Amino acid sequence: MFEPTSITIDEVVPTAKRMLHDGWRLITQTVFDRGEEGFDLFFHYDRELEELDFKLSAPRGTVIPSISGVYFAALLIENENRDLFGIAYEGLVLDFNRSLYLEEAGDPINAPFCKISTFTKPIREV
Amino acid sequence: MARTIIPFGPQHPVLPEPLHLKLTLEDETVVEAIPALGYIHRGLEGLARGRDFNQMVYVVERVCGICSCIHALCYCNCIEKLMGLDVPRRAKYLRVIWSELHRIHSHLLWLGLFADAFGFESLFMALWRVRERVMNILEATAGNRVIISVNIIGGVRRDINGAMLQHMLLDLDAIEKELKPLYSTMMNDYTVQKRTVGVGVLSKEQAYALGSAGPVLRGSGWAQDMRQLKYEAFEDLDFEPVVEHEGDCFARNKVRFREVFQSIDLVREAIRKLPDGDLAVKVKGNPEGEITFRVEQPRGELFYYVRCNGEKNPERVRIRTPTFANIPPLLAMLPGVQLADVPVIALSIDPCISCTER
Repeated sequence: MFEPTSITIDEVVPTAKRMLHDGWRLITQTVFDRGEEGFDLFFHYDRELEELDFKLSAPRGTVIPSISGVYFAALLIENENRDLFGIAYEGLVLDFNRSLYLEEAGDPINAPFCKISTFTKPIREV
Repeated sequence: MARTIIPFGPQHPVLPEPLHLKLTLEDETVVEAIPALGYIHRGLEGLARGRDFNQMVYVVERVCGICSCIHALCYCNCIEKLMGLDVPRRAKYLRVIWSELHRIHSHLLWLGLFADAFGFESLFMALWRVRERVMNILEATAGNRVIISVNIIGGVRRDINGAMLQHMLLDLDAIEKELKPLYSTMMNDYTVQKRTVGVGVLSKEQAYALGSAGPVLRGSGWAQDMRQLKYEAFEDLDFEPVVEHEGDCFARNKVRFREVFQSIDLVREAIRKLPDGDLAVKVKGNPEGEITFRVEQPRGELFYYVRCNGEKNPERVRIRTPTFANIPPLLAMLPGVQLADVPVIALSIDPCISCTER
């Protein structure tokens, strides 16, 4: 069964560095949107077919330290999370600025299941 | 030297799907490649919240046509494990047979496209002619050629009778016989070697550190294949990953061609060991909990995270496809290569953009 280890925001990058040092491969990250409560961000790693998972729970609007400087493969994953869930990352090695999937003029964001938008639609006066 | 930025894709003769790379060139040499995605993003993960867990089988099958059967297999395993369902052994074997047939036709499709990418059109046509035989088997056993919809939660929808199994064995013999000379051509032909040997090299260390999956990982010397996890009937079948060590386009090509023969052997073995029994178990209630599951698609490791709360709709279905994992390695392969080699290298990861963008 799925039993991730909880980590804090300060442990995200040190954990990634430790995993890389110990020979773990990054599989992916998963975002679970908890609505007003915030979101869960899972980090999935693999080594010789063994899977190890970490879970970070954060309130909405939290800026997550990017692990793309440790695992280059994280750059697309984190840009995707930015597009689809509006999660902000700090230190992305290649920042698409929310245009990986979306139009470059995609403001306000209107991704299929983006709830945590940092943009606000202007109120249209009738 | 002045740099030029040119677009590679989204519409390009070698690309079956819209992959877009922004290539920065110095003369004819690539110095940087930046991907641009989003042409066929459909929000299928988001659909999970609006479909019940049975309907989601059909949704995940449409993530990608070529490996639809394996997407459904992975998703069904997640739900079955959450619900504690004991899938009948016959169903597990049938799932393996259909998924290996999918692997064969996917690899043959790619091998044909790859031959076409370096201008070997007769090889392309010969490979696709053989692929038609596999498509005919799928149609005869499942009623459809590509999206065969045989997996359901708890087992499989259809059986394969004894006469059809015998017919399949004869067909597999013919497929193998027709493929052997094509394998020899692919491995020994001057043109193939000239365009692929030493091109797009990904070292063993790079392949692992960049999170590669499937034939890209195995072509760089890593013996990692999710079928080693022994899901479904693989626990009873003889399986060793196909590995090559050179890390170039030729090695990835060789891994896939050898895997075609391996999959033929796996189907034969599964048919030989196919047990009698039911096709599915009855499903009661709704799934609850969260789980991850991994299987091996033709393009590599497929990862699913599924979370359910006891209601009929899943709360979250997360899909990480192998092409998504293989784009960072592609970005590492391209700097330093000639522009003329970009189509061959881009194709060598077997890019499936429908999978990537979901």
